[in-house]
Amino acid sequence: MNELVFFINNVVVAGSVTGSIYAIGAVGVTLIFSIMRFAHFAHADMMTFGALMVLVLTTAFPEVGGAVGLPTAVVMLPLAMALTALLAVGIDKGFYKPLRAHGVKPIVMVIGSLGVALILQGLIRLFAGTRAQSLYIAERKEIFRLELPFESVTRPIIVTEPQVILFILTLAAVIGLHLFLNRTRTGKAMRAMSDNPDLARASGINTSRIVTITWIIAGGLAAVAGTLLSLDVAFKPDLSFFLLLPIFAAAIVGGVGHPYGAIAGGFVVGFAETLAVFNWAVLLRPLQQHFPDWLELPRNLAFVGTEYKIVVPFFILVAILVWRPTGIFKGKVI
Amino acid sequence: MSAIIDVRHVNKAFGGLRVINDCSIRVEQGSITGLIGPNGAGKSTLFNIIAGALPLDSGQVFLDGEEITNRPANELFHKGLLRTFQIAHEFSQLTALENLMMVPPNQAGESLFGAWFRPARVRQEEAQVRQKALEVIDFVGLGHVRNELAGNLSGGQKKLLELGRTMMVDARVVLLDEIAAGVNRTLLGDLVTNIERLNRELGYTFLVIEHDMDMIARLCDPVIVLAEGSVMVQGSIEEIQNDPAVIDAYFGAQP
Repeated sequence: MNELVFFINNVVVAGSVTGSIYAIGAVGVTLIFSIMRFAHFAHADMMTFGALMVLVLTTAFPEVGGAVGLPTAVVMLPLAMALTALLAVGIDKGFYKPLRAHGVKPIVMVIGSLGVALILQGLIRLFAGTRAQSLYIAERKEIFRLELPFESVTRPIIVTEPQVILFILTLAAVIGLHLFLNRTRTGKAMRAMSDNPDLARASGINTSRIVTITWIIAGGLAAVAGTLLSLDVAFKPDLSFFLLLPIFAAAIVGGVGHPYGAIAGGFVVGFAETLAVFNWAVLLRPLQQHFPDWLELPRNLAFVGTEYKIVVPFFILVAILVWRPTGIFKGKVI
Repeated sequence: MSAIIDVRHVNKAFGGLRVINDCSIRVEQGSITGLIGPNGAGKSTLFNIIAGALPLDSGQVFLDGEEITNRPANELFHKGLLRTFQIAHEFSQLTALENLMMVPPNQAGESLFGAWFRPARVRQEEAQVRQKALEVIDFVGLGHVRNELAGNLSGGQKKLLELGRTMMVDARVVLLDEIAAGVNRTLLGDLVTNIERLNRELGYTFLVIEHDMDMIARLCDPVIVLAEGSVMVQGSIEEIQNDPAVIDAYFGAQP
């Protein structure tokens, strides 16, 4: 039974953690695509920027969290979300809006966003340095060990405090987004604009306002995802390199322009990654006695080594594009 | 009579191509004004300028005395100026009926508060909107396909859906961009009757771009002939049909 706990710790918990982060990131990418029709390559850097804002605020006021009973970084998150949303709107006004006004093709916007990504990355390095930093400054990361009430189980299920916060925030973000898209005027207008921008305008929908709101939501969610990842591991200025591909894979797997698809896609990619690097030998060892003698289990039996984790989303992306280019949910074909 | 739409000295060029050339037109309150002209005369461009879909280079546009030059289409919608598209637009993922139901603004179910805490009001209002949409969809002759996804409708049916869309709110002026193209003859007869009825009973003003001369003859008075980006002639259909300049523009100069 200890093997099962090992599985839960290394696949179920770890997969949900990466899955949640990818899902929140992919929702932003997919929303931007459905409203503005371009792949926003600077999204992962907006996530890093959000985490950086949390780092800066936490360094400035390290004691705030103690008063509320939460990690300071989490208390600072709403402020960081607001700042990142502001950055997103600013980037749109400064870089993308002039391009849109000229009526450029989507590919030009994509290249523009690549430029923005490089600018952001450079700025983040300039201010934060290149080393990894923990978002826990004045506190310690709490670790919860859940003992299972079975005699054969000696190992606990391990969940850390940031992971619990991550699950709660992901759930809140998904429910909030669902209500927003389905139950509000702006959500309805966003869906209308995603379907047909000209008709939306002719039906009295202020499309430039919708664009701004989309950036606010995407920026806010990017800050959440970046911060949660940095809380779980550490803040690194090159976080975006490891995020960009998985979140795009997640958005495409789910069906581009489909927010629920992006959430599902995020978890698919997250779990695929963890399952691919999971050491299956641990699960198979108890069954060793049933195997023929000539078959010996190797010590490590994973599909790919941990260092090659990043190829998994690549593989999923190619597979999806070949066999089901519209994604799990029927999204738009790019 | 007063002009509900007043276009004054409008110019518009695409790159080096001057499409609208010092063009001034007036659409009288309560009229069904036709806008005709050979291909490339600038009809659709002028339309898009009035509807706020294209910025103009110089000139002014007024709606009932209020300047609306370069105002975005969504603002004009709330002022009662509606348009249909030459190539019909629809929300393809919604049914025909839902396409109509989504038009009226400020429905109670559109706010988080209303959706959660005033279900009775939302239901009642939605029932009203639905009732109205059902009437409209029968009015435009699409009752039998009302639960079909709008994306699956034929080109002509989408055109009718566009006309229906303009009837879901209290419009003052409706710009119809080749509403008849792709609609079959029988349906077209109904369409003309319906437009006349909207004009007579609800006081809608129409500005109509059309290539179908029969429809123009039945529906429109006055008719404005546009050529090379400015007004060539304006008058009743008989005057237009007997004007040598118009005949030249359409059929080329007589030898």
